Amino acid sequence: MFWSALKLALAAIRRNPVRSVLTVLGVVIGVAAVITMVTIGNGATISVSRQISSLGSNLLMVRPGQRMGPGGGGAPAFRADDVQAISANVGSLAAVSGVESASAMVVYGTENWSTAVTGAERPYFTARKLRLTLGRIFTEAEEQAGKPVCVLGETVRRELFGRADPLGSRIRIKQFGCQVVGLLAPSGQAMMGADQDDVVLMPLRTVQRRLTGSQDVGSIVIMVADAAATDRAKADLTELLRQRRHIARNEDDNFSIVDTRQIAEALSGTTRVMTMLLAAVAAVSLLVGGIGIMNIMLVSVTERTQEIGIRLAIGALERDVLLQFLIEAVTLSAFGGILGALLAAIASAALAQVMDVPFVFDPAINLLAFVVSVAIGVFFGYFPARRAARLDPIEALRHE
Amino acid sequence: MNAPAQSAAPALIELAGVTKQFGAGHGAFLALRGVDLRVEEGEFLAVMGPSGSGKSTAMNILGCLDTPTTGVYRFRGVHVERLDRNQRALLRRRHLGFIFQGYNLLPRTSALENAELPLMYRGVSGPERRRMAEAALSAVGLTGWERHTPSQLSGGQQQRVAIARAIVTNPTVLLADEPTGNLDSEMSREIMELLAGLNRDRGITILMVTHEPDMAAYARRNVRFVDGRIQSDTGVREAA
Repeated sequence: MFWSALKLALAAIRRNPVRSVLTVLGVVIGVAAVITMVTIGNGATISVSRQISSLGSNLLMVRPGQRMGPGGGGAPAFRADDVQAISANVGSLAAVSGVESASAMVVYGTENWSTAVTGAERPYFTARKLRLTLGRIFTEAEEQAGKPVCVLGETVRRELFGRADPLGSRIRIKQFGCQVVGLLAPSGQAMMGADQDDVVLMPLRTVQRRLTGSQDVGSIVIMVADAAATDRAKADLTELLRQRRHIARNEDDNFSIVDTRQIAEALSGTTRVMTMLLAAVAAVSLLVGGIGIMNIMLVSVTERTQEIGIRLAIGALERDVLLQFLIEAVTLSAFGGILGALLAAIASAALAQVMDVPFVFDPAINLLAFVVSVAIGVFFGYFPARRAARLDPIEALRHE
Repeated sequence: MNAPAQSAAPALIELAGVTKQFGAGHGAFLALRGVDLRVEEGEFLAVMGPSGSGKSTAMNILGCLDTPTTGVYRFRGVHVERLDRNQRALLRRRHLGFIFQGYNLLPRTSALENAELPLMYRGVSGPERRRMAEAALSAVGLTGWERHTPSQLSGGQQQRVAIARAIVTNPTVLLADEPTGNLDSEMSREIMELLAGLNRDRGITILMVTHEPDMAAYARRNVRFVDGRIQSDTGVREAA
């Protein structure tokens, strides 16, 4: 009985192919949207945690203020002597660097490019595991003197120099010229949409003197020698900074120390929430697709009233007719689910390429989307199917 | 389901005091006003009467498609008026075959598949279904036309497919609602001879609605409905 009902359903679907395709289009788009959103979201989450873990698990970032992200929220900035005090007083640190960033337009010849100019100290390269493909990092002397020398990220090099060799060239940043001494190896990754290669690195003092014009140090990047000592180092750091910033016992810290693990958790938590939200919006379109199926099934029942009458007269029971139309609806929606999953695979592979996130095929979400589309077929197919099954055979036979 | 029969042998079909009312209140219309009818197995009965006489309503009740408002309908002693929709469908499935004036074949479906249709609802396996449908089509003289769809067949051939579909399940009773209503006299004669043959050779009881006396002449008993009542009943004549 089930197989013959399935055969009937397939025959009915084949009889009107254009309408069948239009009917399932809603489900196709809904399923494709849900799967694509989740797949891309998962890819983004993986991409974020991969980037963070590439920083190493023993990196600490110290910022003024209590919240993550840029801006200190009114808390006083750090000074160069804070950085020195940390180096001198906190044990088991492998690298400590003050960091101060400003965005600026950099110009070479006729090319110009707006980028982030980051002032840092030599240990910054160690802490961030930055490697050079060409040239050198700035020397201690250049750093002490605040000389205008810089190391370019790959994106900036490409935009300003194209195929030309940048080493030794002078680029202009605001009102001063700056000699290119090195080139960073491309990281090839974007963190939360920010290109990690779109950067110009310069001695901290140079940025302070020539760009920001203040003694402020925006943040401090620290690498702990041993990951196991991270918690200890954080405690020591907190103690030292509270003392130096004259924070009373009953007051909260006006600075924050986050390690890479915390950043990773926060960022992937955010991407996960975004993923859920997008998937929920996509799920609404799946629901609309289900209503489309119900609509067409109701039309179909009306159109095939006489057929239903014939079937009832020649021996079909109510449940036979119910099953026939229910299976037809479910076949349609399952078909839509499969098409949607295929479409999602293509769309998310393409989107992953464009958005530069890894494409991770998730069998669970594909299976779930398929099961949900089948459930939608049952749910939205039941009402039209019941209407068909309850038809009065006499009336139905008379229907033209 | 089997109620004990009151008489020694229950008739195949027995209507007693059957009425049927449509609508209610001022719009109410009494289509049947007390019908008594007894049909034995193997009869070929023609039901005649002008339109609105209640003959179609009576046929719907006899075909278990409808139920009487009051009165009793016993089929082999079973009180059909007490059965629910599903039980009546089961009774139809087991005992009844239908032929309609408009043939009512499924469009775009081959003669063979149309004839197989009732067997699908009886759980007959594919090859067996095919064999039985081919036999039924051959019994109505349509061997060689199995692959044709209704639109490729003449009216007479379509009605033969419909008859094949009705007899493929080997029913006890065949209900025919103006089976020759859409056919010319030549085709009508062929169909009536086919029905008479099925009645004679297979012993299938046939109840047929018609308003053509020529067609009624093929039946061995004529019943005439007027105004919701049976006006005349010829009783069973011996076959010519």
